[in-house]
Amino acid sequence: MDEPESAKVSMARSSEAVPSPASQPPKTNGTQSKDMPQAKDLDSRPRRRADAVFRMLAQGSGVALLVIMAAIAAFLILQAIPALNADTTNFFTTLNWAPDGTPSSFGIAALAFGSLLTSLLALVMSVPVAVGVALAISHYSPRWLAGPLAYVVDLLAAVPSVVFGLWGLIYLVPGLIGPSNFLSTYFGFIPLFETNGTYGKSIFAASVVLAVMIIPIIAAISREVFVQTPRDHIEAAWAIGATKWEMVRTAILPYGRSGVVSATVLGFGRAIGETIAVALVLSANYEITLHILQPGGNTIAANIANRYGEAGNIGRGALIASGLVLFIITLIVNFGARTIVRRGEREGA
Amino acid sequence: MIRPRQRVALGSLIGAGLVLTACGSDTGGSPSSSTNPGGAASITCSSGSLTAAGSTAQQNAMTQWIKDYLNKCSGSNINYGGGGSGQGVQQFTDGKVDFAGSDFPLAAGAEQQGADARCKAGPAINIPMVGGPIAVGYNVPGVTQPLNLSASNLAKIFTGKITKWNDAAIAQDNPGVALPALGIQSFHRSDGSGTTYNFTNYLAHDAKADWTFGADKNWTAPGGQGAKGSQGVAQGVKSTAGGIGYFELSFATQSKIPYAAVGNAEGKFVQLTPDNAVKFLSYAKAAGTGSDLKLDFDYATTDATAYPNLLVTYEIVCSKGNPADKLPLLKNFLGYAASPAAQQELPAQGYISLPDNLRQQVQQTVSSLG
Repeated sequence: MDEPESAKVSMARSSEAVPSPASQPPKTNGTQSKDMPQAKDLDSRPRRRADAVFRMLAQGSGVALLVIMAAIAAFLILQAIPALNADTTNFFTTLNWAPDGTPSSFGIAALAFGSLLTSLLALVMSVPVAVGVALAISHYSPRWLAGPLAYVVDLLAAVPSVVFGLWGLIYLVPGLIGPSNFLSTYFGFIPLFETNGTYGKSIFAASVVLAVMIIPIIAAISREVFVQTPRDHIEAAWAIGATKWEMVRTAILPYGRSGVVSATVLGFGRAIGETIAVALVLSANYEITLHILQPGGNTIAANIANRYGEAGNIGRGALIASGLVLFIITLIVNFGARTIVRRGEREGA
Repeated sequence: MIRPRQRVALGSLIGAGLVLTACGSDTGGSPSSSTNPGGAASITCSSGSLTAAGSTAQQNAMTQWIKDYLNKCSGSNINYGGGGSGQGVQQFTDGKVDFAGSDFPLAAGAEQQGADARCKAGPAINIPMVGGPIAVGYNVPGVTQPLNLSASNLAKIFTGKITKWNDAAIAQDNPGVALPALGIQSFHRSDGSGTTYNFTNYLAHDAKADWTFGADKNWTAPGGQGAKGSQGVAQGVKSTAGGIGYFELSFATQSKIPYAAVGNAEGKFVQLTPDNAVKFLSYAKAAGTGSDLKLDFDYATTDATAYPNLLVTYEIVCSKGNPADKLPLLKNFLGYAASPAAQQELPAQGYISLPDNLRQQVQQTVSSLG
């Protein structure tokens, strides 16, 4: 902290709070001599009180957050345990979701796979575009274009996900049938593009919807990082005769790398937790397949949305167990990304 | 030189999120809401308040009946929240609602026991209240006359065993119809639903050999595409050449999707008309014990004017042990719902009325609630 400044502040405060001895005529010698040391004490008391209050609030918020996280985890675990006990098959490998059946049988494998696959595909499609958008706004567009462009990108981030879902269902799914057909006809030898001859509500369609949804998030954060690139770095790149692309590559991208990684993690978090848009677009089934062009696939979040309304007792617990898995996946991804960012910073320094 | 914009308002992120949230509330007057003088006559008022939740399939009917009732009896208060049958039963068992709407009767075992435990004085019972025919809609370009689809063919189509519209098995049932060599794209519900349960129940009974997946509220057969809600299935069929799917009749009429005459147990084809659906419902037997009116559909009927593919949604109530301050309103409101006047309002909303024999049983049961 800046010692002189904070001292000034406390001086100003104390002169308001405590009437200065100069403005008050001294009553008696005795009281004044008693008041003087007290006034000196009071001088620092408001600062200490404010500090204490602020510290309490800040620490309280931090603790409250931890308590909430712990409470969520505890709730998920407590609700999930009876259902997990009732599950007659392996929760981690079963490709089925019939928790209310007799016997009860459900497993997370296909759902977790679908969640990860759709989110990863969405990242593969959206990160390059989002970084491009961010660079275009921060360093390539003329000023009159950069402002509106940034505004539109931010606006895109504010569109509710159900709107993306409806757009995906009504426009994108039918629209992707042609390109999917092309890909599978001419590139069907790649397992990813192999199909059973039907197209439509596929993992690919869901990934495209998710990609569009997370582009603005990644772009907005990346742009904020790119514009903070120190001028020295940029000028240094110019000085050694770099072209614009070389300047971007040697000055801006390395500087912004950790920010882009953080943005990607945020985007991933939104993609993997996205519920209604995916529930609308995906044709829910419980298979593990890499054939992303044919109808099928499911995600943890979409499955919860689809199955909650008609779920019985065990079914509800089973869905909560799947929520617990999603919670853990998100935690792991976040910690992993933090580690990457930290290592990147150390190398950069 | 580049002068990057330092700050672009992220605040705009927050603002636009609020725009699209306010929709879907009741607009206040559906076409069929003309205050029915006969309906008003059969309403007996009681004060108090009722809360109910559950099946979304009967929500429109409930909304209409509650409106009728409250128009006459402004002193009472009735709420029906949707949320799905499973949610409704859960809330009923937890004692949070006074009755639940459900597309399924209470399952024997833990579910029935849980609901009985809530009622204490007497078992929880199922009262059928609203019927809804399920249409099998299709999108086959070039075909103008209604298609005949037998239960066995439907089972094969929905399990991916018949893949072309001009398959010999379909052509055989539709003499004189030029069927295209178009691939079939079947659509089913991706969410759990009473519609799926009743459609698969029909297949399980009338196409035993070809449908081995039983009756389930969740789609368990392989193949096809899932869609969320009947709206989603109808949209999928509508927008896909070669599409076929099942949904309540009202979705077919709204989206102008042609629907098939389906085969009954004997292989005769039955048109979907309200009369044919009511006819089928009139053969249903109450299979519950005591005052429980859990229905058993007569899928084996050979009556060629009985459309065998429909759902019935129930009210789940305590037969005894309802709190004294709720009982009169519960009996009066459900009594009104089972009255001829209230039931006559149903066809305009895409439902079917209960046949008279069943309706009288329902009225008796409602008046015996304690």
